[in-house]
Amino acid sequence: MELTKEEESALKGEHGEIMQMAYRILVATGEATDAEKLVPIEWTHLSGVNYNTIGDAGEEFLSSISKDARVKVKTTLNPMGFDIDNVSNYGLDENFISKQLSIRNSYETMGVIPSFSCIPYEIFDIPKDGTQVAFAESNAAIHANSYDNLKTNKESAFSALASALTGKSPYSSLRKEDSPNVTIRMKVDNPNELTYGMLGFFAGKVGDTSVNISGLGAMDNRQCKAMCGGMGTSGTCAKFIFGEGDSETEKIDFDEKAMQNVHDELNTSEKGDIITLGSPQLGLEEISELAGKLKGRTFEKRCMIFTPRTVKEQARKIGYTNELERAGCEILSDCCTCLTPLINKDNVDAVTTNSIKGAFYLKNSNGVDVNLKSLSQIIEDETR
Amino acid sequence: MKVLVSGKVQGTVLKSKDAINFLGTVDKKTGIISDKNHELYQKSIKDVILVFPSGVGSSVGAYTIYSIKSNGSAPLAMICTKADLTVATGCALANIPLIILPDEKFDSITNGMKLTLDTDSSNPLQYQ
Repeated sequence: MELTKEEESALKGEHGEIMQMAYRILVATGEATDAEKLVPIEWTHLSGVNYNTIGDAGEEFLSSISKDARVKVKTTLNPMGFDIDNVSNYGLDENFISKQLSIRNSYETMGVIPSFSCIPYEIFDIPKDGTQVAFAESNAAIHANSYDNLKTNKESAFSALASALTGKSPYSSLRKEDSPNVTIRMKVDNPNELTYGMLGFFAGKVGDTSVNISGLGAMDNRQCKAMCGGMGTSGTCAKFIFGEGDSETEKIDFDEKAMQNVHDELNTSEKGDIITLGSPQLGLEEISELAGKLKGRTFEKRCMIFTPRTVKEQARKIGYTNELERAGCEILSDCCTCLTPLINKDNVDAVTTNSIKGAFYLKNSNGVDVNLKSLSQIIEDETR
Repeated sequence: MKVLVSGKVQGTVLKSKDAINFLGTVDKKTGIISDKNHELYQKSIKDVILVFPSGVGSSVGAYTIYSIKSNGSAPLAMICTKADLTVATGCALANIPLIILPDEKFDSITNGMKLTLDTDSSNPLQYQ
């Protein structure tokens, strides 16, 4: 990788230890992904926030670098482990809470916007077409590349942090014109968000850095997010290109059988003890739609809803949160289904959800069983 | 050969044919491998030149590499055949030299061998 004189001197340590470390990360990442140079980026979105995932090693690292490190560009943040407003209801131990708050403080000290959201593309303004960004959250990177006309690598927590500190990122294949290795042909009729989640999960397994997708009809916001969430979970792929691809590209059908295979892999229970909605977190449009669907109905089980704090505040002003709470929903900000310590196998055997991303992590990290249902099916079966 | 993290060290090779998942299978304090199914089970990676195919598993493993270094139990350098982002960013965080070798060069390194690694030299890898 070619570096400018300025970048070389930072790598040698002439701009301090933090910059040296950040450039070491960018160079290692760039060399590993065959990038030829670094390019400026305008926005970074960081993962590596939840104490459940980064642990003591992460907490200590962030605490140590936050003494000197400051972000150079707009930097937003993934969800953490809980919602501070209601954490006392969930029996988390003191150590978890204090370590999580230390992580939050470290990021805030570095100048990061404490958004605690995995849907930055819904709660912040999208910059102009073609803008280079660095998003570590996989669903957000895929959404940015596929729907928002932005350009990002599928960053790691570390490459995104280094980008935040330097304002630069390796010029890897996803930032250029990428040619997908495969085309997925959508062959399932009447898809709902669960179908799109499974399509994304399927595509992520066969795609390299990007995939073509053909045969898609109009999709709503929930379905787009489900597809991005599914794909980010299963592989390294970080972009959908909508179309058939050229005649050279390998074609693979996503048909009823392929869908059934994904379903069988992730659905391990016929019913759930609780319901979770949101992974990715719900945006205002989905909250509004949900409030509408729940008019006059009440959940017969606990239903946890995950949404960014800013969306929750808007929803409160409009009156949606009242409606949702009346229907028995617990609304949580700052955290998400995926990797939350609030759901564990000591008190829950199985979770009903419409999220493929949520299902994967509930099963593999939280160790609970999963019952997959679309939102309309959940409302039909679980409310009265 | 590809240099992912540069540096200069001298040491003894500890080699494994198994990939390493740093998150969960390496003790952060001692640098001892705790995975019973790993070729290096109960061996310490402290102060050796660690030679293995690649890292696997969660990228959070990069923080583990940083912790091992902070606790004084890290390898002097790492040599792999495949670049993976967990080991690459972990070594970058911790400032542990890391190079990627083609298979035939990788195969010529044996356990217990003494090596000098200097990524800035025209002959970066010297067997003693």
